[in-house]
Amino acid sequence: MTNSWTDIQNTDLVVIMGGNAAEAHPCGFKWVTEAKANRGAKLIVVDPRFTRSASVADVYAPIRQGTDIAFLLGVIRHCIATDRIQWEYTKAFTNASYLVKDGFTYADGLFTGYDEQKRDYDRREWEYQIGPDGFALVDETLQHPRCVWNLLKAHVDQYTPELVERICGTPKAKFLQVAGMIAETSSPQKAMTSMYALGWTQHSKGSQNIRAMAMLQLLLGNIGIRGGGMNALRGHSNIQGLTDVGLMSNMLPGYLTLPTEKEVDLPTYMGSRGFKPLRPNQVSYWQNYGKFFVSLMKALYGPAATKDNNWAFDYLPKLDVPAYDILRAFEMMNEGKMTGYVCQGFNPMQSFPNRTKITSALSKLKFLVTMDPLETETSRFWENHGEYNPVDPKSIGTEVFQLPTTCFAEDEGALVNSGRWLQWHWPGATPPGEARNDIWIMAQLHLRLKALYAKEGGAFPDPILNVHWPYHDKNEPEPAEVAKELNGYVVETVADPADPTKVLLEKGKQVASFGVLRDDGTTACGCWIYAGSFTEAGNIMARRDNADPSGAGMHANWSFSWPANRRILYNRASADRDGKAWDPSRKIIEWDGAKWAGIDVPDIPPTAKPREVGPFIMNPEGVSRLFARGMMREGPFPVHYEPFEAPIANVIAPKIRGNPASRVFKNDMAAFGDAAEFPYAATSYRLTEHFHYWTKHVWVNAVLQPEFFVEISEELAREKGIVLGGWVRVWSKRGSVKAKAVVTKRIRPLICDGKAVHVVGIPIHWGFTGVAKKGWNPNMLGPFVGDANIETPEFKAFLVNIEATTPPGAVA
Amino acid sequence: MNMELSRRHFLKSAGAGVAGTAIGAFGFGGIEEAHASSVRAFKLITMVETRNTCPYCSVACGIITYSKGDLRKGETAELIHVEGDVDHPTNRGTLCPKGAALLDFAKSETRLKYPMVRKPGSDKFERISWEAALDRIARHLKDDRDRNFVAKNNEGVTVNRWTTTGFLGASATTNETAFVTYKVVRSAGMLVFDNQARV
Repeated sequence: MTNSWTDIQNTDLVVIMGGNAAEAHPCGFKWVTEAKANRGAKLIVVDPRFTRSASVADVYAPIRQGTDIAFLLGVIRHCIATDRIQWEYTKAFTNASYLVKDGFTYADGLFTGYDEQKRDYDRREWEYQIGPDGFALVDETLQHPRCVWNLLKAHVDQYTPELVERICGTPKAKFLQVAGMIAETSSPQKAMTSMYALGWTQHSKGSQNIRAMAMLQLLLGNIGIRGGGMNALRGHSNIQGLTDVGLMSNMLPGYLTLPTEKEVDLPTYMGSRGFKPLRPNQVSYWQNYGKFFVSLMKALYGPAATKDNNWAFDYLPKLDVPAYDILRAFEMMNEGKMTGYVCQGFNPMQSFPNRTKITSALSKLKFLVTMDPLETETSRFWENHGEYNPVDPKSIGTEVFQLPTTCFAEDEGALVNSGRWLQWHWPGATPPGEARNDIWIMAQLHLRLKALYAKEGGAFPDPILNVHWPYHDKNEPEPAEVAKELNGYVVETVADPADPTKVLLEKGKQVASFGVLRDDGTTACGCWIYAGSFTEAGNIMARRDNADPSGAGMHANWSFSWPANRRILYNRASADRDGKAWDPSRKIIEWDGAKWAGIDVPDIPPTAKPREVGPFIMNPEGVSRLFARGMMREGPFPVHYEPFEAPIANVIAPKIRGNPASRVFKNDMAAFGDAAEFPYAATSYRLTEHFHYWTKHVWVNAVLQPEFFVEISEELAREKGIVLGGWVRVWSKRGSVKAKAVVTKRIRPLICDGKAVHVVGIPIHWGFTGVAKKGWNPNMLGPFVGDANIETPEFKAFLVNIEATTPPGAVA
Repeated sequence: MNMELSRRHFLKSAGAGVAGTAIGAFGFGGIEEAHASSVRAFKLITMVETRNTCPYCSVACGIITYSKGDLRKGETAELIHVEGDVDHPTNRGTLCPKGAALLDFAKSETRLKYPMVRKPGSDKFERISWEAALDRIARHLKDDRDRNFVAKNNEGVTVNRWTTTGFLGASATTNETAFVTYKVVRSAGMLVFDNQARV
């Protein structure tokens, strides 16, 4: 989230699209209710199902899953056509005026540089025109035909209300009503917030769904302001933190990235991370990359990271592919190219698509380790559960270790909420039996591996032998000790260059902020964006002062919000070019003639002058991007692509299947179904009584929503002879499940390209472990393909067939 | 952590204050006092309160756990009750149908209590000691790493990667667990590394 949960109270318009906050984030949704009750805010819900969020909305618009980009580009077109643009913001704070290279073009669903064989683009032409001074060329009058504004206007022009209706199935009048309400927030006195979740990410073009809304929010001037923003409602309690700390194939903590094998040494690696400003006077904050990187290497490798060994650059593994994400991992596993796998609090047998393939892949491992407080389907993938898991244990040679871990009530540390608050918690209960916490388990594995390498030698033992392990009990690092490393500390005393008798940084002290980190090895920091969370003043994450003197929902002294305890990202953009708040009633920070000050930590150097320094300091441009340059694999603007399994052909580019830049493995392409055989558009979602697969183990929740079901419309039920409460079989090209049918008015057929499209809703939850009734999960059916940029699987839009059937266990 | 002025103590003293005022106002001191002393104390008063956050979604509602026994005194503590933290700015004491049932998660009958191993081809899990399980896993890791570690690619560039064993990070473990995990996994050269944010 750019903003916080409590900030939603400041909005005038909430758009829930790609999520269902009332059911999936109920206690956060309360802030929508507050905004409605106290400010008269309106709520719009756009969803294939009439959800509980929709039931309290002012306007509900149905949409076919997987067509959000067409809808949003249609709204952008509407805002341009009716001149509902926050012009001063768009001109000053976005790249609307930047000129793009002449070689960049778009036609029939594809941009310049496409290679069909590689399913990838040569993106060199997707770039600004650069002048002789090294800066991007701009035309502030927006007249130049190659400026981003004119390219954008032409790009969205085809998404008329009629085309939106044809693709999305949203009636034109309903679409226009929604577009009109959104367009009103172009007023500097109006704010709109976007609340989205996996309904936008679990698509083969999930990143572009989000970009499309971000572009709209920028054109309306709704980023960086109270009650505005792009608010990703993260699904789990600490996936924000796990991502911040870089637990992904290609990441280092703090959104630094691992080198590829093309970056053969440290200078080459740093060369592509120089982030030279693209316009005069810009901050381009990533210019500090070297300071964060060297401080990280000092935290990871301590004295073993030296200037002479390039801060242990060779200790880092180098990538040969963009990433070894989960889909690639299970593809490799299924090809017999992996030996072992460790699942820490994660249940791939329920979470990853095409479960038959997941089972087959796990069966080819030599060993599997699971660490979890609860039973999981993954740890018992080899166990026969009749038709719920029809495997033959004798044929599976995988050795499986199931390690019992602590749960929330028994451990200590910080979790990062969706609004980037790092909140500390304390243990209150003794773990059951021999369960241990994950830190102890990881330490034990490390110490054993280290001892084996010390004794036996082996492949490049150096990084294992030299990992910095400065904990007083090597066997079980204390959470506070690790939190201090994440914050960062001074390794060697640094004298003040202005006055050598004074000390700038004193050895052994915690750093106060990332502003003091250095690239000479004198500071260490595990995750630069967490600097300030555990300082000499103590554990800032444990603060519990809930006061809110501004009444704006800032709660500046409650926990710690990364970065720098900032509560609203890009808050410099809440003020106009001269530094005055766009809306005095929404003031966050203002320029007082000498510095920026207000109720939040300024997202700009405090003395950076307005009109000189742009508000988007992480970008070398100093402004935000309507045109994403070469940073997105499928294009600098979003394009409507159908899901890989779609009930109709792509009406704007009939020859293109799915996202043309998505990676598809050979056997998975053959496992896609077509509309002729699988005519119904399926989607997955979670029920408010359930949390993923965990609450199968929780008696209360298992009782509240006891049985696996699918939701279908009354029309489809009539067509297929299905009755409410009757059993149905639902199958895709990859698998088959049985469920009870819920026949409901919440789902209605949509007319898309002249054809009735029936939606089948499939909730997630059930499996073959726990206290709940046994059942299936939609990952039995979902396709093995992900988003082109980040490989999140396309669980939200795929094809199935459905028929009435007999109960499980009965003879058909 | 400000545990001194906990809500339970506040309720206790506030209750006494209310009784005192009523006694003074109505002049039935003895009767009221006798009545007040006959009311059974709120059972949770004997419990240890601990501040926590809900482990489910990322609204991260504040919760208070109530335990019998105090971990800070080295005692065994049994979780008895979980409720919303009214001081928390986001949830202000409310909980959803999942958070309200957290006690059943912590005390689920399918909580894992002991390390188990399933041998190749077997149809059951068997108990194994932590020592034996960790030793055997470390052996597996080292054997595979030594066999398949790639020090240099075909062009002779140092790549120091290991791609035949993978690791999945969790979604509800702490930042501190995450960083320790990061150190252990990356120092081994592992690239097949991901977390729940992917799905």
